[in-house]
Amino acid sequence: MTEVAPAPAHPVQERKRLGDHLREIEFDPRMIGMVAALAVIWLGFNWLSDGAFLTPRNLWNLLVQTASIAIMACGMVLVIVTRNIDLSVGSMLGFVGMMVGLVQVRLLPELWGLEHPLTWLVSLLLAMTLGGLVGLLQGALIAYLAIPSFIVTLGGLLVWRGAAWWVTQGQTIAPMDSRFRPLGGGVEGAIGTSASWAIGIGLCAAICLGAALIRRRRKRFGFVLRPLWAEIAIVGLGCAAVLATVMVANAYALPAGVARRLVEAKGGTWPEGGLSIGHGLAVPVLVALAVGVIITFLANRLRFGRYVFAIGGNPEAAQLSGVKTRKVLMLVFGLMGVLVGISACISTARLNAATNAAGTLDELYVIAAAVIGGTSLAGGVGTIAGAMLGALVMQSLQSGMVLIGVDAPLQNIVVGIVLVLAVWLDGLYRKRLS
Amino acid sequence: MSIAEPADIAATHPGQDTPLIEMRDISIAFGGIKAVDGASVDLMPGEVVGLLGHNGAGKSTLIKILSGAYKADAGTIRVNGEEVTVSSPRDAKRHGIETIYQTLALADNVDAAANIFLGRELLTGWGTLDDATMEAETRKVMSRLNPHFRRFKEPVKALSGGQRQSVAIARAIYFNARVLIMDEPTAALGPAETKQVAELTLQLKKQGIGIFLISHDLHDVFDLADRVTVMKNGKVVGTARTADVTQDEVLGMIISGKCPPAAVAGPGALRS
Repeated sequence: MTEVAPAPAHPVQERKRLGDHLREIEFDPRMIGMVAALAVIWLGFNWLSDGAFLTPRNLWNLLVQTASIAIMACGMVLVIVTRNIDLSVGSMLGFVGMMVGLVQVRLLPELWGLEHPLTWLVSLLLAMTLGGLVGLLQGALIAYLAIPSFIVTLGGLLVWRGAAWWVTQGQTIAPMDSRFRPLGGGVEGAIGTSASWAIGIGLCAAICLGAALIRRRRKRFGFVLRPLWAEIAIVGLGCAAVLATVMVANAYALPAGVARRLVEAKGGTWPEGGLSIGHGLAVPVLVALAVGVIITFLANRLRFGRYVFAIGGNPEAAQLSGVKTRKVLMLVFGLMGVLVGISACISTARLNAATNAAGTLDELYVIAAAVIGGTSLAGGVGTIAGAMLGALVMQSLQSGMVLIGVDAPLQNIVVGIVLVLAVWLDGLYRKRLS
Repeated sequence: MSIAEPADIAATHPGQDTPLIEMRDISIAFGGIKAVDGASVDLMPGEVVGLLGHNGAGKSTLIKILSGAYKADAGTIRVNGEEVTVSSPRDAKRHGIETIYQTLALADNVDAAANIFLGRELLTGWGTLDDATMEAETRKVMSRLNPHFRRFKEPVKALSGGQRQSVAIARAIYFNARVLIMDEPTAALGPAETKQVAELTLQLKKQGIGIFLISHDLHDVFDLADRVTVMKNGKVVGTARTADVTQDEVLGMIISGKCPPAAVAGPGALRS
């Protein structure tokens, strides 16, 4: 069964339990638990809402709503892994969103005129830069002045919320540039069915290629390999998830009026009985996916990520090993800020307006997503994929409760209880493991 | 007040000239308390020097200055006769000075390879971590130190005390150290593992590596060390060849600061 490459002999193994099997194929059982929890939540709400939850329309919206929190959760994982916390992300999102609105609606139109083709790009880059600078500033205070991150970012929570108001004395800025709006999803933020298939197939190819490359490399060094069946199952599951997502997104039909305009714009004629054109994947979901892949790469494949985890495991050891711990810490907060900038654009574009209340309470959802996703507040442990899944769990709960008509106050109560419950279960699991 | 002028070194080391490490008149204070006060020690290639003293005598602090964890307020460090500045662990490692800390200084949440290469990761041509090569190298070095070690993929938190010690030692010797600092290397080990560390010490000594062995327990180091330097209240009591003194005499140096005639007295020696 187990393929053992020639060089190092494997010790004689006794009878193994399921957990050992899972560890052998290097698959985190917690991930399976989370997917199972998600399945239960989805099926439960689907049952309670008489089949309204598991519809392409609801799932499509669910993914779009998750994007902003999921992106920030990626950064929060790294922050928490270093034994820190960032309470300021919601306020930062509000402040950066207001600045983006100001530049996009008041400044750039004066310079370049309305609807300039580069307006969206300048807005996005500005948001990332501004967010990054704010993050670096807070990171510098934490790393070099040794002020606890809880305090610095608690201050940030107040400062940036106040600053968000200050930008326009509380006025809401709208509307956004038409090339910027797709970042928020909606009809204009759907990329269409054929492009979605292309991306889906491309992703599947990347998953297969990646798995094959890693396997070949391990084989060359004579390491123990995953059993082939496990490898195929994991790759198969990944591809299936990607293709299923594409299918669901494509099954969500555009409103008839929009579809008709689309057909006519391409010079076609609108058929008598109408025509169903799917949305396809949404831009914010793709952005979130790209962020997830990039941050995972950063965390697992680059020195920076290795240092982040080593600092979380033992800050003193990392420093004695010659790691510039303070610089790494500052950069982690800078990266968090850049991701807040991206999320600020998504929220602003989605709302088609910049308001100073944007992102209120987001810090709590982001932290909750990371923690539900298996990030340990004690530091050193956490995965990006887990946090993104955690964000999806949180959003599923909220959307589901809206769908079945739970009162708003009760929604908060449920989300709060689930968070505490999830962390307790995770703690139990960890204790059993060690 | 420097005690061991070059003449003294020549006296204790006939036939050898340049010490691998020479620390001269090192002082460091923390908030007004002089943790190390004008201490001088040296180390020849292939020599084991035991650094002894009570808890708080300043031996760990002195050695942390050499390993770059602290920066001395005064004094000089020479490596192979050349004066160097050691202001970070990185500097020390660049001079071939490796340290095995008493706490082992391992990142518990990552695996053996990640710990051994921490701060000195091997990279692929793309600038990404070359985990496969690092794991292969780890397997090589660990097979020398601890042939039964198999848990390469697990966080070091899951390892036994001896296995963790092996990882810490592997990290120190993998990068061709010239000087090895072992701070209480056997404090957390059982008798069998302690013996293993002793054997390893002798093996490294044969390869010409200079070793500082720090301990508050005389018996741990007396048999292994060629010389002992005793510290008390931040000052060097004296330095002696283990062949010239008895354990009781060294014990006297540790406890009362009384320097036997066979030892070279330092500034911390009891004046009679």
